[in-house]
Amino acid sequence: MSIDQNTAAKVAKLARIKVEDDALPALAAEFNTILDFIEQLNEVDVEGVEPMTSVTPQRLKRRVDEVNDGGQQDKVLANAPDAREGFFAVPKVVE
Amino acid sequence: MSDLNKLGLSEARDALRKGETTSVELTQACLTAIDKADALNAFVHKTPEIALERAAAADARLKHGEAPAMCGLPVGIKDLFCTKGVASQAASKILDGFVPEYESTVSQQLADNGAVMLGKLNMDEFAMGSSNETSTYGNAVSPWRRSTEATPLTPGGSSGGSAAAVAADLCLAATGTDTGGSIRQPAAFTGTVGIKPTYGRCSRWGVVAFASSLDQAGPMTKSVRDAAIMLEAMSGHDPKDSTSADLAVPNFEAMLTGDIRGKKIGIPKEYHMEGMPAEIEKLWAEGTAMLKAAGAEIVDISLPHTKYALPAYYVIAPAEASSNLARYDGVRYGNRATLEAGDGITEMYEKTRAQGFGDEVKRRVMVGTYVLSAGFYDAYYNRARRVRSLIKKDFENVFAAGVDAILTPATPSAAFGLGEMSDADPVAMYLLDVFTVTVNLAGLPGIALPAGLDSQGLPLGLQLIGRPWEEGDLLNTAYALEQSTGFVAKPGKWW
Repeated sequence: MSIDQNTAAKVAKLARIKVEDDALPALAAEFNTILDFIEQLNEVDVEGVEPMTSVTPQRLKRRVDEVNDGGQQDKVLANAPDAREGFFAVPKVVE
Repeated sequence: MSDLNKLGLSEARDALRKGETTSVELTQACLTAIDKADALNAFVHKTPEIALERAAAADARLKHGEAPAMCGLPVGIKDLFCTKGVASQAASKILDGFVPEYESTVSQQLADNGAVMLGKLNMDEFAMGSSNETSTYGNAVSPWRRSTEATPLTPGGSSGGSAAAVAADLCLAATGTDTGGSIRQPAAFTGTVGIKPTYGRCSRWGVVAFASSLDQAGPMTKSVRDAAIMLEAMSGHDPKDSTSADLAVPNFEAMLTGDIRGKKIGIPKEYHMEGMPAEIEKLWAEGTAMLKAAGAEIVDISLPHTKYALPAYYVIAPAEASSNLARYDGVRYGNRATLEAGDGITEMYEKTRAQGFGDEVKRRVMVGTYVLSAGFYDAYYNRARRVRSLIKKDFENVFAAGVDAILTPATPSAAFGLGEMSDADPVAMYLLDVFTVTVNLAGLPGIALPAGLDSQGLPLGLQLIGRPWEEGDLLNTAYALEQSTGFVAKPGKWW
């Protein structure tokens, strides 16, 4: 599997990371180095092997379904780059 | 007492209980050492006021005779742990200015135990790196130097600041985290002890997430006894982390008898890597002989899927990272890029993440995005998770055959010079974790401890891998090995 510049651009877009056009060839080359390394996994016979979901066999704990926290609007917003009137503010999303 | 900062946790604890010193004195000794060690760039946010306040409180507790094990002991906290009111930015530019409104469970437990926080420690950005060269704060520098020249060396990574600080006696111990070797590799590079406990032993709540199925916190200390003391304080069930195990935490220190007679120690043949330096092979053979002399039975074992651990890791860890790091969007916390007129929300995301993430983080997020994307999920991500099952099964098989612990080298080399790997491709750096990454994939406890010096005078470490939840037994085996190696070397002070 080889990644070309178009694929690299698509991946950057999916990851929401801006990559300038002139940086794409180097990025694609790095992806290919890493993917070549990962390709070794194709040598392994995984027939009938379940993908691991949890490294320790345990059932996730469940808590009682009740409100046990909240009312911390100030703290939630304290680190926001732009918070106004009790909300996170972002550039215009809808026209 | 002089040079209080050079004490380990157990010695300082005993001195405090005997009234031979105070927490304030210990803390002041460390703060003085920290201020003289800016050249190491280990402490990146210093918190002397908090430290002295907590030290005074600890002294009051000690006076009342109500003193938990860590009471009054000054430690450093890796920047990955969120600490209330103190900058916590995972060594990333994207979290510049982030000051958490909450405290991680592990650092809270240490504080409740009376431990004194001296400040936050340097690391690789989002714990992604093996040399502490991806940090927004700049490189952490090892206190060790080669005997013949003065090239600045890496303290390892990602917990490089923690390792440098402990090795240079800036603190008595430090917290680290380990996703693929980030406690054990820097411990090995700096002649210190580091244990990654069983997955689920320490709560991950409040620790900035890298790869959630692999991340574990653990202590970095000056001795195995200190590791036992600090691990106990860090461990335990936390309702806020659904993967934290609801199991009793043993008194690990009480399990250090040094008696390992009849223990079965496995030597995995697959860890004899091609091109491994003769010094590492020799160190490993010497460690094996020491355990045998202490009464352990040595058995040759096979972990057949070892070769595939790194490629599986470099699918799974980036996949989880791409998902975890999606939260850095410039909306809720951290930095937002300056936008131009007409920029919408997508440009805000893309510019914020392009400016805020360093190259290695971007690389891993994008690789993770790729392996999870439509059409490749099965071929990469699911296949890697299947291989992970096989790697875990390898360990289960040898433990079922009666093996108590496995001895391996901790790293394939001694510490290298900062910048020496900068021209290498990313995979060359990934290979540094070859001996440690299997342990994370299998969720097992692993400890690195110093075992000797190489021909250039740099520390080399060995790793012991234990059965799940049996950190006590593992620490005891490490304790026996520590007594045999008698490693006492310290870096000569140049900073």
